[in-house]
Amino acid sequence: MVIDTRVCVGCSACVYACKQENNVPEGYCRDWVVQESGGEYPKLTMENRSERCQHCENAPCVTYCPTRASHYAEDGTVQINRSLCTGCKACMAACPYDARYVHPEGYVDKCSLCKHRIEQGLETACVSICPTGSLNLVDFNNMDEKTKELLKGKIVYRQKEHAGTEPSLQWISASNKPGA
Amino acid sequence: MSHGQNFSRRDFIKISSIFLAGSTALSAGAAQAFSGAGSSVGDEGSKVVYSFCEHCFWRCGIAAHVRDGKVYKITGSDHHPLSQGKLCPRGTGGTGLLYDPDRLAYPLIRETKGGKQFYRKASWDEAITLVAEKLYGIKEQYGPGALAMLHHGYGVSFFKNMFSQIGVNKYAKPSYDLCCGPARQATVLTYGYPSDTPEGFDMKNSKYMVFFGTHFGENMHNTAVQEISEGIRNGAKIVVFDPRFSTLAGKAQHWLPIKPATDIAMMQGLMHVLISENLYDKAFVEAHTVGFGELWDSVKDMTPEKVSAITDIPADAIRTVAREYAFHAPAAFVHSGRRTNWYGDALQRIRAIHILNALVGNFKMPGGVVAFQKFPLVQPPPTHEHPAYEKEVHSKYPFFPDDEPSNTIASHEIVQQAISGEVKGLLIYGVNLPETMTLGRDKAIEAMKKAEFVVAVDVLPSEVTGYADVVLPECTYLERYDDLDNGRAFRTPFVALRQPAVPPMYDSKPGNQIAKMITEKWGIHGAFPPSVEKGLDKKLRLVGSSLAEIKKKGVLVMPETDLYRKPGEPLNLKTPSGKVELASARLKAGGFDAVPKYTAHPEPPTGFYRMLTGRKPMLTFGRTANNRFLGDLATAKENEVWVNNHIAEKHSLENGEYVHLKNQDGVVSEFPVKVKVTQRIRTDAVYMVHGFGHTSAKLTWAHKRGASHNQLISRTEIDPAMGAVGFQNNFVTFIKEA
Repeated sequence: MVIDTRVCVGCSACVYACKQENNVPEGYCRDWVVQESGGEYPKLTMENRSERCQHCENAPCVTYCPTRASHYAEDGTVQINRSLCTGCKACMAACPYDARYVHPEGYVDKCSLCKHRIEQGLETACVSICPTGSLNLVDFNNMDEKTKELLKGKIVYRQKEHAGTEPSLQWISASNKPGA
Repeated sequence: MSHGQNFSRRDFIKISSIFLAGSTALSAGAAQAFSGAGSSVGDEGSKVVYSFCEHCFWRCGIAAHVRDGKVYKITGSDHHPLSQGKLCPRGTGGTGLLYDPDRLAYPLIRETKGGKQFYRKASWDEAITLVAEKLYGIKEQYGPGALAMLHHGYGVSFFKNMFSQIGVNKYAKPSYDLCCGPARQATVLTYGYPSDTPEGFDMKNSKYMVFFGTHFGENMHNTAVQEISEGIRNGAKIVVFDPRFSTLAGKAQHWLPIKPATDIAMMQGLMHVLISENLYDKAFVEAHTVGFGELWDSVKDMTPEKVSAITDIPADAIRTVAREYAFHAPAAFVHSGRRTNWYGDALQRIRAIHILNALVGNFKMPGGVVAFQKFPLVQPPPTHEHPAYEKEVHSKYPFFPDDEPSNTIASHEIVQQAISGEVKGLLIYGVNLPETMTLGRDKAIEAMKKAEFVVAVDVLPSEVTGYADVVLPECTYLERYDDLDNGRAFRTPFVALRQPAVPPMYDSKPGNQIAKMITEKWGIHGAFPPSVEKGLDKKLRLVGSSLAEIKKKGVLVMPETDLYRKPGEPLNLKTPSGKVELASARLKAGGFDAVPKYTAHPEPPTGFYRMLTGRKPMLTFGRTANNRFLGDLATAKENEVWVNNHIAEKHSLENGEYVHLKNQDGVVSEFPVKVKVTQRIRTDAVYMVHGFGHTSAKLTWAHKRGASHNQLISRTEIDPAMGAVGFQNNFVTFIKEA
């Protein structure tokens, strides 16, 4: 995904849409919104971000899962096989992005990148509802012109790159100047 | 009939929980056995039902996803121009209202036994008979002006039709006084037509957007947010004047933390720079406006230096904004905002905004001010003669609209008339009056206590239902038809359908049936079509469509209209001069300032801070307060009071601690509120989101969450020209928990 924080207003429509789509139990969520402000009055800055599992290419959750419940799917996303999951939380300790929670039914759960929707040719629930168009589903191996244009000349970052996880979420920084 | 000073006809009743949905021992599925007949929606398998939302006035198109007779998901309708497949969080939260365990399940009638007042469960026929008798009796005894309706929500059209059958048309929508009224009337006075929703700004094509204290993003108006985002992606610059570093300020090139209550001075300062530096569009001003000389006379002395001293914004910043604005014009605008009725001068404030727009000649230009069009729906001739109205407009304010049949008087005028005894009977449709900012909580309660008869039509046991003689449980917008919606103007004019996704739950009924039952109880037949579906179909056939056709996508959409003027094209505006009125001849004739002028407003007493208010994106004030689905996120669970870090230090307040708030008249918040210590607000103001601190214990989710902003309003300023209510001359201080 490419997440354009320049336009995100932190409304959380992505969170509610995900909760409905994936029947996430009350009190839990698979994606969440961060509002970060900095600077000194009156020169303040703000970034709003919709965050979720980063579907890392080198995912510590997969490495540390003792039962192989956490695994790479054929499309490159990180998925959880619930029937293999014992709820031991090794993956939760390993994940640098705090993307996972223990479902009340005992297994660990997280963003599946709406695998069931992608398979039907649909976008994820969060991408499809987002009123600002902040969320963009992107195939980084086969990037279309629109995405190239979106990223061109912008400050783009990945989170906690030093952890070596090779995350698949890229963020267009809110610090980009207008028209950058 | 005694109307003594302290006369109180009714006590607040806590509705017994045995009359609410949660205790009816019916699962949502089983409850369908109670459904009213006439729903054309089946209950087998999965389906998508297209309708429109009721969680705010924007009325986006929704797709309700139904499985096994239950709505399990709501997404944005791909077909509806206002949503275009997207939806805000509140829109998704319709399920939280539909399946709210606190919903009103049965009609209730107030009884007195042994000096104690209580509600008892009633049959629909019994409740309707009582309502019909009481309303008719009041009309017969005192005349139609003794009956009034306060309303909020799209189902009201049926009650309007009902009342018109007996000559009653004293209707108020509090949203006029609190939100849209000044923008509507300022646009009428300046351009000769009323402003609309979405507001007439070509945001996605704009290069420079200036906002004064309106909270885009936090107020989450779907279409507007879509268009601003597109503008930002296209490189637009944003300027925000706001005492608070709002979400939109976080996207601005210039955040200018203006001193609250000085916006008009700033607008005059911007006008001064535009004119004195010859930056305005001379050709447009000469050809299409009147009153330029008078305008210049009024802003001649408002130099950036003078304005800086008033507004606390550096003079250079004022010059910079004015110059950049002129540079980007005509693809630049100052937005009229929403819900900015603060100090009793809201009409003039928005007039000043429109003058700033006219000065740069952005009228009907790409990226500027535009006039979106509505779908031309033909109204069928009335099926029944109804008596002439006493008056077409009941408001005493000279610039109250005379062309809005559903809004003929300000809501605070109804509150005052109920207190004075002029209004004896109230029908309150979807308005939680004690928590609506219309004169504060105490006056609202006094009005309901003094009225002879109060009937509340509502979905939830909100505070207002405790003061009614009869409570009629309406089903939610997901369980009913309402009138067709062609009330929204946009790039592609459209008409939308509200249709039930599921049948009404419990013993609730749609407004269209309730209004019809009351009317028929009066012995008036034929005022409503035989069924709501037949009525909708008839209207649609007049424009060559049908109910069957519109049901498929929930909307009929016209091609995009041309929004822009051609060179040399006359404007032919419906103002007295036919031009854009920089100086308003009508205002002058009415004894008001023809051009906007800044006047100083009261300052906070020492140790007190001006109470500013706004919204959270996932909540719409009272409409969503009890919504467990929307309330599930940590940020939605309560409101906070934002306090500047220096002020927090002065009062020894820690981030996250709970305090009570006390206003300038000694009113102390019933419930404590969490402190948010932040740099994001000026030192002379605090900020809290409206719609929290509910006192009704039957709203089991909302009860006691956060503090009520409304409770702390004990002072209001009413716009003398058009009747809007301002409520930001209230100041609060902190009472630390012992």
